[in-house]
Amino acid sequence: MSTFFTSRLFFISLALVVIAATLPLYVSGYVLGLLTVAFYFGVFAMAWDLLFGFAGEVNFGPTFLIGVGAYTAGILNAQFGWSVYPCIVLGALASVIAGLVLALPALRVRGPYFGLTTLVAVLMLQNFIVVFADLTGGEIGLTIPDVITIDAGANYWIALGFMTISAAILYGLSQSPIGLVLQASGQDPVQAGALGFNIVKHKLAAFIVSAFFSGLSGALLVFYFGTASVGTVVDVAVGVNVIVSAVLGGRRTVLGAALGAIFLIVAGEFLRPTGELATFIVSAVALLVVLFFPGGFLGAALSREARS
Amino acid sequence: MRCTQHLFLQAAAVLPGQSSMRAFQILIDGFAISALYALGATGFTLIFGVSGVLNLSHGAIMVAAAVAAWAAASILNVGTYAGALIGVGVALLTAFATYFAVVKPIQDSRRIPNEEKEIFVLTGTLLWGIMIQELIAYFFTNNAKTVLPIVEGVVEILGVRTPRNEIFTAIVCCLVIALLWLLVNRTRTGKAVLAASMNPRGVTLLGLELTNIYIVVWAIYGILAGIAGVLLGMFLGVSSYSVGPLTASAFSIVVLGGLGSVSGSLIAAFVVGYLETLTAYLVSPAYRTIPALLLLVFVMYIRPQGLLGRR
Repeated sequence: MSTFFTSRLFFISLALVVIAATLPLYVSGYVLGLLTVAFYFGVFAMAWDLLFGFAGEVNFGPTFLIGVGAYTAGILNAQFGWSVYPCIVLGALASVIAGLVLALPALRVRGPYFGLTTLVAVLMLQNFIVVFADLTGGEIGLTIPDVITIDAGANYWIALGFMTISAAILYGLSQSPIGLVLQASGQDPVQAGALGFNIVKHKLAAFIVSAFFSGLSGALLVFYFGTASVGTVVDVAVGVNVIVSAVLGGRRTVLGAALGAIFLIVAGEFLRPTGELATFIVSAVALLVVLFFPGGFLGAALSREARS
Repeated sequence: MRCTQHLFLQAAAVLPGQSSMRAFQILIDGFAISALYALGATGFTLIFGVSGVLNLSHGAIMVAAAVAAWAAASILNVGTYAGALIGVGVALLTAFATYFAVVKPIQDSRRIPNEEKEIFVLTGTLLWGIMIQELIAYFFTNNAKTVLPIVEGVVEILGVRTPRNEIFTAIVCCLVIALLWLLVNRTRTGKAVLAASMNPRGVTLLGLELTNIYIVVWAIYGILAGIAGVLLGMFLGVSSYSVGPLTASAFSIVVLGGLGSVSGSLIAAFVVGYLETLTAYLVSPAYRTIPALLLLVFVMYIRPQGLLGRR
């Protein structure tokens, strides 16, 4: 851990965060808004990477955790008139419970079977939202009356600060002994168990942490957007974006996942003039990265540093 | 899956309130839909059984076939039969492209550790499917397209007005599945495929080239997905939005039946098809997919390997 604070990665990240923090002084509100969303997405991708990259759980339904957090916060605010901060906290807690629900099958089934279970969880949540339209706003979405702040700069700083703190915690966790045990139990659960590690406990912890950050970020995003809808926080396509971000940035790097998410969202915006082809181009680039640089952005950079 | 909804609404409006007729209606509609699901899922499970690949671009390949058949028949005016053939041909080509451009490079890559190839194939085919979907949307718009059916008209079976096309769909699905059974169990190539699904290493020891077997399997898969796609286009219509739901339904049928088990998928297809039809008729079309999803979760808890799966 102590080597990290002297490593090049630490200084690069620190410099990036400092530069990012000064952006509101000279860029337009439009760019800030874009990056704000990208930062929340970065937290989704990092939380996903902790589950997949370290615990080895193929989670096709990151939006199950995100959606539960986002909708809990949104419903409490819009339907029951709770104020913003309790809503966010309860959203994150609801997401942790959802994470525990998701962890139950993970302890029984593995690989594609678990992947499908998570996919089903998303589809169930989607059906639930549509069926209980009175409570959730249905397919149209839920309008949230309150916001944290309307100032673009403040929103940006909140998102940046949140992402930085989340990144520090998640990265620290992944480099700690807990992260190593998780990695071992992801690669060979039997052998890791034979070495005396409590796999169930570690996996549950990974699910809880991942769910907590996903839900918290989802709840914050809902209060930034002012609306919660299936298309923005629950749809399988959103989950695909989260997975693609993490794989693009480099799985098992945590920080790379955030880079991937920012790249994906900014690239999508740059490609807006190409109209309907934007998604095609982003997917094609992602596929090329998967095929030719399986380590992702950060994976490729880190392995080059290790070699030199 | 969602696009089937309008069919049920239509059928429900035609129906008089007699319960016996409704039972027959459910029996007939459910059969056609289940047979279509079965055809779509068989190729999917075959590929998994033989090469361990879960192809998440499955829905995109089916939609590509249907849209190609539609475009050939309605824009190029080549006729329904030629259009259907073109659709199947496009599916075959897309399946080969999926194998050679996405799956094979990942399987052969030395930079991807073996235990992570599965997730890379999943991510790769998922992205590939999105690319196909976006291209279809770009060139042919998102609008739903219905392929002109090969047989038209309506007949009355047991007092239920049934489109001839629905019967045609069911018959073709059953015939193709029967042919596949003959191919796998009665021909030399088929036996090699079967052997590869049991023990790939054993097959290579017998001097058979595994890559050739994979190519055969992808060809079979392409044709099956193509036929299923074209029939779906005739029966219910498709749009680029059906890509995700189609992949999800094939994936869940295959997992329910047990990954890699063809007979398991057939049973699961009928279970899911009838469960959806029953819910649509007796409860509400809006809740159509929910019981099947619940059943899936239930089976995963009780019997994680699926109905007929081997681990």
